[in-house]
Amino acid sequence: MERYFHEELEAVRSHLMEMGERAVESANLALRALEQRDLDIADSVIEGDDIIDAIETRIDEEVARYISLRAPVAKDLRLLFVAVKASHDLERVGDEATSIAKRTKKILASNETYRGLGRVPDMCELAISMLKEALLSFIQEEEDIAHQIIRRDKEVDALNRENFKEFVELMKDDPSKVDVYAEMIFISKSFERIADHAKNISEEVYFLLTSQSLKQVIKEETKS
Amino acid sequence: MSLVSLRLQKEIKMDTPAVDSQRVDRNRPLIRISDFDFSYGDKQALFDINMDIAEHKVTAFIGPSGCGKSTLLRCLNRMNDLIESARINRGKVEVNGVDIYDERVDATELRKRIGMVFQKSNPFPKSIYENVIYGLRIQGIKKKSQLDETVERCLKGAALWEEVKDRLDTSGLSLSGGQQQRLCIARAMAVGPEVLLMDEPCSALDPVATAKIEELIHELKNDYTIVIVTHNMQQAARVSDQTAFFYMGNLIEMNATDQIFMSPDKEQTEAYISGRFG
Ligand SMILES: Nc1ncnc2c1ncn2[C@@H]1O[C@H](COP(=O)(O)OP(=O)(O)OP(=O)(O)O)[C@@H](O)[C@H]1O
Ligand SMILES: [Mg+2]
Repeated sequence: MERYFHEELEAVRSHLMEMGERAVESANLALRALEQRDLDIADSVIEGDDIIDAIETRIDEEVARYISLRAPVAKDLRLLFVAVKASHDLERVGDEATSIAKRTKKILASNETYRGLGRVPDMCELAISMLKEALLSFIQEEEDIAHQIIRRDKEVDALNRENFKEFVELMKDDPSKVDVYAEMIFISKSFERIADHAKNISEEVYFLLTSQSLKQVIKEETKS
Repeated sequence: MSLVSLRLQKEIKMDTPAVDSQRVDRNRPLIRISDFDFSYGDKQALFDINMDIAEHKVTAFIGPSGCGKSTLLRCLNRMNDLIESARINRGKVEVNGVDIYDERVDATELRKRIGMVFQKSNPFPKSIYENVIYGLRIQGIKKKSQLDETVERCLKGAALWEEVKDRLDTSGLSLSGGQQQRLCIARAMAVGPEVLLMDEPCSALDPVATAKIEELIHELKNDYTIVIVTHNMQQAARVSDQTAFFYMGNLIEMNATDQIFMSPDKEQTEAYISGRFG
């Protein structure tokens, strides 16, 4: 039996989706600002972060209210936990995108030229696809998608290490560009963190759908 | 102007102050209780109650056993008139600005406007059909089409129609507990009340029947103002817009239900709702 207050759960769900879409969008724009050396795009990422933060606050309020008034249990309760945790991850994604945009502005302001972006665009693409799939596993309620995301996190970590080496080499080659490449190292690290948050979200969705810990499940699988 | 005041004003002359103030104060709540003290004989049961009950809202009364919830509820339609020792020592209850304890107010008329649904469902040993139109029969209404229309409308309103429409002439007592409770709600609706008072309407029901009554309450507030007494705090949280917490005859705190359950002002309220009482 559907109860009138179940609509309130749908509202939480749809706010989480909206937040996810905005987080993906700002990570995308952060890369575009860097690739196209576009200040306006960088600014739009920074401005957009307030909206993402506001949605997180709203979700927290809705969850606190639902738990206080509706005595949720089982999957409903898990959804609320997941909403709080995943919205926190998405808020962090927004912060990382903002930090990338700010660093991009610094690089652009320094007027320095630089040689390529290393594997940053590849990382970004990978991180964003992980994030999108984590959200998809949430919408479609498919735990297999969540399960698969975890492996890809290792690829992102590897790309980040590659970037680090490359940017350090570039610094050595041209010490006058240390500042620019230091920013690049941070930017690469930010994309790596975005992938970490995508991984967290997929674990949270997995818990929502199966009430099991994905970490634990994978441990068991590698044992056998 | 609402039905209640129209009906009551047949009794009270149009130039009384109550009627004048109605024209002035548009934001007045439907029910206003002020400085209200009530006793059973020597024993005071309610102390200095002040409360506004808003129209088309669900108001829940919560508090430990014996704190006076039912007493106050019964004061709202003068059910306490029937108790010999009952005394109002001070204060008043106004419905749409009319003092319902004014000697010119007809209590029977008042109870038609402010219906009551009890804890234990109490259908009469008559058919489902006759149960619903009981109040109309007493008023001497005989027109078949009007009675039929009332039965269908009220059973639909009480979300019972689909379950009983093919057996309206079977006994009301043959229904399940939850169905009986909805039948009693339909019966209360049939006399065209504006307010429904419910005293623990779900306490004898299982969770599914309870959920149905709660859904019904949620629907009914479009047309009625509802005051519900409940021991089930989750129920108060689910169905009500405003919650009043009573303790030993005192109204400790009344506020929007969200507020009461998320951050009550008073420590006593917090202790009670979080189960840390006593
Ligand atoms: N008819 C009566 N005659 C005398 N005293 C009464 C009567 N009805 C209630 N009381 C007393 O008035 C006080 C308030 O009772 P009331 O029934 O209003 O409490 P309540 O909050 O509804 O409790 P419960 O949750 O147990 O139904 C109690 O001390 C009770 O003993
Ligand atoms: Mg009682």
